[in-house]
Formats: sequence, structure tokens, C-alpha cells
Amino acid sequence: MSLPQELASIAEDFNALSEQERLQLLLEFSDGLPELPERYADADLEQVVECQSPVFLAVEVDDDAAHTVGVFVTAPRESPTTRGFAGVLVEGLHGLPAEQVLAVPDDFPSTLGLTRAVSPLRLRGMTALLGRIKRRVRAATDAATDAAAEH
Amino acid sequence: MSTTDPTAAARDEQRIAEYAHPERLVTTAWVREHGGDPGVVIVESDEDVLLYETGHLPGAVKLDWHTELNDEVTRDYVDGERLAQLLSEKGISREDTIVLYGDRSNWWAAYALWVLSLFGHPDVRLMDGGRDKWIAEGGELTREKPQRERAEYPVVQRDDATLRAFLPQVRELIGQVPLVDVRSPQEYSGERTHMPDYPDEGAMRGGHIPTAASVPWGKAVAEDGTFRPRAELEALYLDEAGLGDAEDVVVYCRIGERSSHTWFVLTHLLGLDTVRNYDGSWTEWGNAVAVPVTVGSEPGEVATR
Repeated sequence: MSLPQELASIAEDFNALSEQERLQLLLEFSDGLPELPERYADADLEQVVECQSPVFLAVEVDDDAAHTVGVFVTAPRESPTTRGFAGVLVEGLHGLPAEQVLAVPDDFPSTLGLTRAVSPLRLRGMTALLGRIKRRVRAATDAATDAAAEH
Repeated sequence: MSTTDPTAAARDEQRIAEYAHPERLVTTAWVREHGGDPGVVIVESDEDVLLYETGHLPGAVKLDWHTELNDEVTRDYVDGERLAQLLSEKGISREDTIVLYGDRSNWWAAYALWVLSLFGHPDVRLMDGGRDKWIAEGGELTREKPQRERAEYPVVQRDDATLRAFLPQVRELIGQVPLVDVRSPQEYSGERTHMPDYPDEGAMRGGHIPTAASVPWGKAVAEDGTFRPRAELEALYLDEAGLGDAEDVVVYCRIGERSSHTWFVLTHLLGLDTVRNYDGSWTEWGNAVAVPVTVGSEPGEVATR
């Protein structure tokens, strides 16, 4: 499995910093997490129960040839770590073809150099979030393949 | 500017004065007035490792439970040498008054307070209501990190005998002293064992230690995050949970953080003599081989061996 370019460069950025600075970078991702689009304002989104705080996730897979993936995540302001994890994944995965999203190694979060700065237990929230996103993408592409097979 | 209602502040003062050890608790108003005094260090300790960075009380230092108070290798707390190094770097000395506050009604702040108590730090307190109350009152938050001068915190050996309980002791204490399980009713009954996708964070078995009373930690806290008045806490713990005039009590949860909060209530607010926190808690007990477990909502009997 290989890492999409955007995620690889995020991982590079984190690893180039001292541990204290890595937290600051995660805070920037947290601050910069995009608002949910209007169409999700009232939607009942998925709660990622493994995260220590409520996280809501929506994944869209376009029916174009590449099955372009849209990732939308939100978490409360009081949960900046979760927002930071979400920010990394949104920036790294949003707009990629489904195939590339599915190829992201499940242990990507552990390559950011955050294990000590954040603690392994907390980092699991990000692993869970990545797992949820991939599961949604897989389900959507499987459904598309099935639908195509029926025609 | 803060928007504290003076009568509410007076009520808080009065409520705190009634606790067994009122000197262990300060109000947000006290922090506004004395937070910058020499010899006072305000310390934030949160569940969320980035929350401090998003904005904290002016002058507050960060102390993270997961990454700073735990040993990196052994499942244990840091030793005296490491604690001395840590607090010295943060500019905290043994003579300082440490005032802890944090998110989630001070769970993690209480945990940090308990760990500092293992090292016998003489004057360590909680800010009643924690971070949320400060914010609700319109208190100032800043992202500016304080520049404190390095201090010389001495190397003090951790005392694991007085405030801490280990599995073999707890096993012997079943039926001898009251045990209090402070987890949610679902965790207590065994209905919930672990979180989905996280088998290794949870436990192999669900339920509770036989004879343990169930008092979820949050019952000690009012809606604004402050502790309930002494009379209500006495009714909850001494009467309903049956602690009565027990001289020795053991509290536990999943990893010891919520039970630190209850430990604080029993020790400092109600003045019970010997309260020990079993920090191995359910993540140890629920994985241990051949220890007795009770399922369901009743405390259960002493296991016959």
C-alpha cells in the first residue's frame, strides 16, 4: 500500500518538527478544519464512538470514473485533538480517487511522529477515524461495482 | 471581564467552607484574584492533549496525564527523579501552591492531583468547576505560554502504600472494606465490556469486583461542574453507598482517572481517613486470570475460595 502525495507530505511536515512543535501543527489542523457544507447542516452523521469525543463523519463517493472521494468531518471546538486528526485526514484524503484512499495504510496515524506527543491511546482515535472513512469508501465503491454489474 | 454573580460566588464560598478540607478547593473567583500571586501556580490538566493550546487561563502551566505523569515503558507513574525533573522544568517548586483545573469537571485534574499526592506535594488544590466554569463566567483565555523560571523540585520517593491499591490487595480486601465502582451502570453490570474496534483497550470480562457499590463519579458533580454540597455527598456515599463510618475504602474505574475524582471527594470533601485508588482498575481486573467477577446490577457476594 502506498501513501497519497498529500498525506505523505503532511507526515513529512510533522516529522521535521520537534515534539512540542508537532502539537502546534496539529493545533493548526484543528483550527483549520473546514466547516461542514450546508447540505449536512441538519443531517444525522455518523458518530465515531471510538473517539473520546463526538465526531461526525460523512463520506461521499462520486460516480465519476475515478470514484472521487469527499470527506466531511466535524468535532466540537472543545475536542481540538480530534479536530486535528480530522483536519489531517480531510486535507490528505478529500478529492482523491477511491482507489488511493483505500490504499492508505491503516497504521498511517502512527507514522506522524505524534505517538509520544499525543499518547498511543489518544492516537487510536485517528486510526479509528481513518478506518471508518475507508470502510465507507469501500462500501460505496462495492455498491457502484455491483450496480454496474447488474446493467 | 468576568460575569460572576456576587451572590453565587458567596454561595460557592459557603459551600466550600463546609467540606472536611476546604483548603483543597478554590473558586474561580479566588483564581482571578490570586492566580498571579507569588507561590501560586495554576496548572491545567485535560483529557484532550491540545485543549490547553487552544487557550488556557492566563499564566497557567500545562501538565498532561498521559504523556507526562505516566512512565513510558512500565504501566506505572513516573518516579521521583522524573517528577522532580518535570516540575522543575515547569517552574514548580515543592513550596508552591498548585491549583489544578481541567476539562470534564476536573477528571484529569483530579487524576493529576492524586498522582502529585502520591509524592506528598503539600499544597495541591482543585479549581472548583474546572475549565468549563471559568469559560461560562466569561473568564479570559490566552494562547500565550507563561515563561516561568526553572525551579528546583526535590526528588521525593513516591508513596504507593497510602493512597494507592494494587490488585492482590484489593483481592484480599473483598468483603473486608467497602469498594466503590465509579464507572457507568452499563460497565458495572457487565453489559458493556469494551468499545467497538478496541478490544485491547478494554477488558476480557465485563462486570465488577464482588461487593463493590456502584456510584458513577458524575453524581458528585452539579450541573455547573462544581462539587455538590457536603450534605448531598454524605447522603450519596455514606448512606446510599453504605460507606458509613468505614475507615478504609477502595475506589476504582477503568484506568483510575474517574476514581481519582471520587477519591478527591471522599478524602478531601468528606474527610474519610483512608481512601485508596485502585488505578489498575477494570482494565487490569477484567483481564486478570481467576479473579472473582460479579455481573448484573447487584454488588454480589464475597467469593468463596
